[in-house]
Amino acid sequence: MSKKILIAEDSLTMRSLIVSTIAAMGDYETVEAANGFEALRILPREKVDLIITDINMPDINGLELVSFIRNSDNYRETPLFIISTESSDRDREKGMSLGANAYLVKPFAPDQLQALIREYLG
Amino acid sequence: MSDKSSSQALKDFVSETEEIIGSLNLDLVRLADSVDSGDCDPDVLNSIFRGAHSIKGLAGMFGFDDLSTLSHSMESLLDGLRLGKIPFNQFLVDTLFSSLDLLIKLIDGKSNDEDFTLDLTPVLTQISQAAQGAEGSEENPLADLEIDPAILNVLTEYEEHRLLENVRKGRRLHLLRLDFDLTSFDQDLAEVTQQLKQQGEVISTLPSAGDIGERISFQILFGSDLGHADIALLLGRDAVDILTYGDKTESQEPADFVVKEPPEILIETDETRLPEVPEDTDSAGSMRSISRTVRVDIDKLDLLMNIVGELVLSKSAIANISDRLKMTDEKDLASDLGKTTRILERRLHELQKGVMDVRMVPVGQLFEKMTRIVRRVANEQGKKVELEISGADTELDKLIIEDVSDPLMHIIRNAIDHGLETPQERRAAGKSEKGTIQLLASQKGNHVVIEVNDDGRGIDEEKVRRKAVERGLISASHDLTEEELHELLFMPGFSTRDDVSDLSGRGVGMDVVKNNIAALSGMIEVYSRFGQGSSMVITLPITLAIIKALIVQVGKKTYAIPINSVLETLMVEADAIQTVERREVIELRKSTVPLLRLDRVFAQSLDEVDEGRRLFVAIVGLADKRMGFVVDDLLGQQDVVIKSLGKALSFVKGISGAAELGNQKTILVLDVAGLMSEALRGESALNV
Repeated sequence: MSKKILIAEDSLTMRSLIVSTIAAMGDYETVEAANGFEALRILPREKVDLIITDINMPDINGLELVSFIRNSDNYRETPLFIISTESSDRDREKGMSLGANAYLVKPFAPDQLQALIREYLG
Repeated sequence: MSDKSSSQALKDFVSETEEIIGSLNLDLVRLADSVDSGDCDPDVLNSIFRGAHSIKGLAGMFGFDDLSTLSHSMESLLDGLRLGKIPFNQFLVDTLFSSLDLLIKLIDGKSNDEDFTLDLTPVLTQISQAAQGAEGSEENPLADLEIDPAILNVLTEYEEHRLLENVRKGRRLHLLRLDFDLTSFDQDLAEVTQQLKQQGEVISTLPSAGDIGERISFQILFGSDLGHADIALLLGRDAVDILTYGDKTESQEPADFVVKEPPEILIETDETRLPEVPEDTDSAGSMRSISRTVRVDIDKLDLLMNIVGELVLSKSAIANISDRLKMTDEKDLASDLGKTTRILERRLHELQKGVMDVRMVPVGQLFEKMTRIVRRVANEQGKKVELEISGADTELDKLIIEDVSDPLMHIIRNAIDHGLETPQERRAAGKSEKGTIQLLASQKGNHVVIEVNDDGRGIDEEKVRRKAVERGLISASHDLTEEELHELLFMPGFSTRDDVSDLSGRGVGMDVVKNNIAALSGMIEVYSRFGQGSSMVITLPITLAIIKALIVQVGKKTYAIPINSVLETLMVEADAIQTVERREVIELRKSTVPLLRLDRVFAQSLDEVDEGRRLFVAIVGLADKRMGFVVDDLLGQQDVVIKSLGKALSFVKGISGAAELGNQKTILVLDVAGLMSEALRGESALNV
């Protein structure tokens, strides 16, 4: 079974961009969440192998999502990347210390994301 | 000290303190303007605090006890205000103004007679009264609130700011725990949020961890004028659990909570600090210190850092064992060990981060030192210099600050000595008599950039060229780019001034400056416009000690490249490499990146390159330069502890230190800046 990647991102454009970047790799399935709440709904139901989240989302922010994920038994070890427009060092540091595995600043090169995905999902 | 020099020193003292008082005055007026609103601008406050701190330092150096005592008391008062322990009101502003008046009178008097003094008692009493107003104040901001670090950790920068705004407005903070059905939590939560927003501000919404089954719970951080009971009433829900901060009955252990500004640790060493005012000059009657800072010997921090470093290595060793265990039949054990190792890794990361944070100090300390140098050199040279500083609050590792101090001093001396013209020359060139030196610091990602700009005569490229030919550094026919010409300045024994001045030409050349900066994994670049001035740009890593590195294989050896200079890694076919002007390059997203073959640099090339072979390229970048390091294989990322190679090997080019890998192997860490500039200068001279 192919591995599944959850993308939590409120911008439709950015989300489709990420989805198509992943689709180009051929090996992975994607699930999309248009905001943090949707992500919270998806997580208990689906077995997800990698999570990619934006920081600034309307309901809960990406850091809150990271904290939630890292504290939940099912997803404690799931690789997680943060993608954000702001290159706020503080937010990046917080994200990383909450347990995110990588932090990408938009706009990022598709091959950069692909390389990261390959690194964590093989 | 002779009479003459002592009177010169006193003049310096007066002019510097006058400068500080000028800005103190402006800041105080701004502070006074905001007293009605009750909100004081933290930047203004910090600036006043720094002013008082600088005066204290200067006064201590000159042995002016009265001034020291007064500025010290002001500093303590301001520190209390900064930490929200002292109420911000008219009395406080008045107190600061009368302190400033007294400071001005004292300095004025001393400019004529060093022994001049005044009675400090009335003002000191006023200060201690203002400081005592702190007791039982309603306006205790975050410092006395126990907010769960788990909440603070997920606030974005903006949310943190909002939290502080709420505290500043005197609102109470509540943490609401709500529990919803998973099927409808978003509507339910939206409803609650809507209700809350009418009475205050929802700062953060954090989904609680744990078992998401049928229900999910949230914690909402809410700032409002309402009290605990009102909120329970407002929401009228059973499932609400409200924790109101500040409703505590007993004092809590400070270590239990994270506040907005964690108690700062001032790290000071004798070389950089001015003599301290003895503690017993503290005017306040209370024995309890208002300041929430602790002074720590840098050696203790180094020791701590080393221990963290050793821990990181042990962790890598465990990870290694865990990987090996995976190859055996003990799969479950291997997986458990793997998980535990990752948790350990995260905690270690936090620990490492914490220790590093403590080592960070603002470059302002360094700049303060430079202001004195500028004044002195300008006086000695008979030049008029105005110093402009910006970015003084940019933070850098204490050790880097220490080590960059000498090179920076040298650069500034050079700028004044060689760069700036005499007032007569400047007038003749149609410039203002007063030259300007700019000292700028800013953070760029994992690097701090320090710029020294002057509006002097700039670099005379023809002269540099001539000199280089004279010294046999280049041949007369040699065609050089501007960049290459500037690189010549960093060659050993190079000086364009015919009369070696006492200041810059004391045997320490720019080559030493460059080496010192390279030893910190930094780089220095020169930009210049003849007749208009020059600019020296130093790029430094924020911290040394432990770094993440990309481990690469070159021939039979492994090397580490500090990850903060690696932009990306690529795999290329050998035939994708083109040769342009005798240099190997690859095309990367429509730009051309020059390549450096590490196997050639380190003479690791054993066989002829097989044409069809795949190569790996690590694209490295420093400042605006990029280059691809060609390696045989990429072995992954790892935390490494950099150890210096020691003085004996400091001449080795292209290597900035050695690092231990977890598996007891020692590898060399590449000096990216050094390799890049050597390579950009030409393929020569790089055989190690």
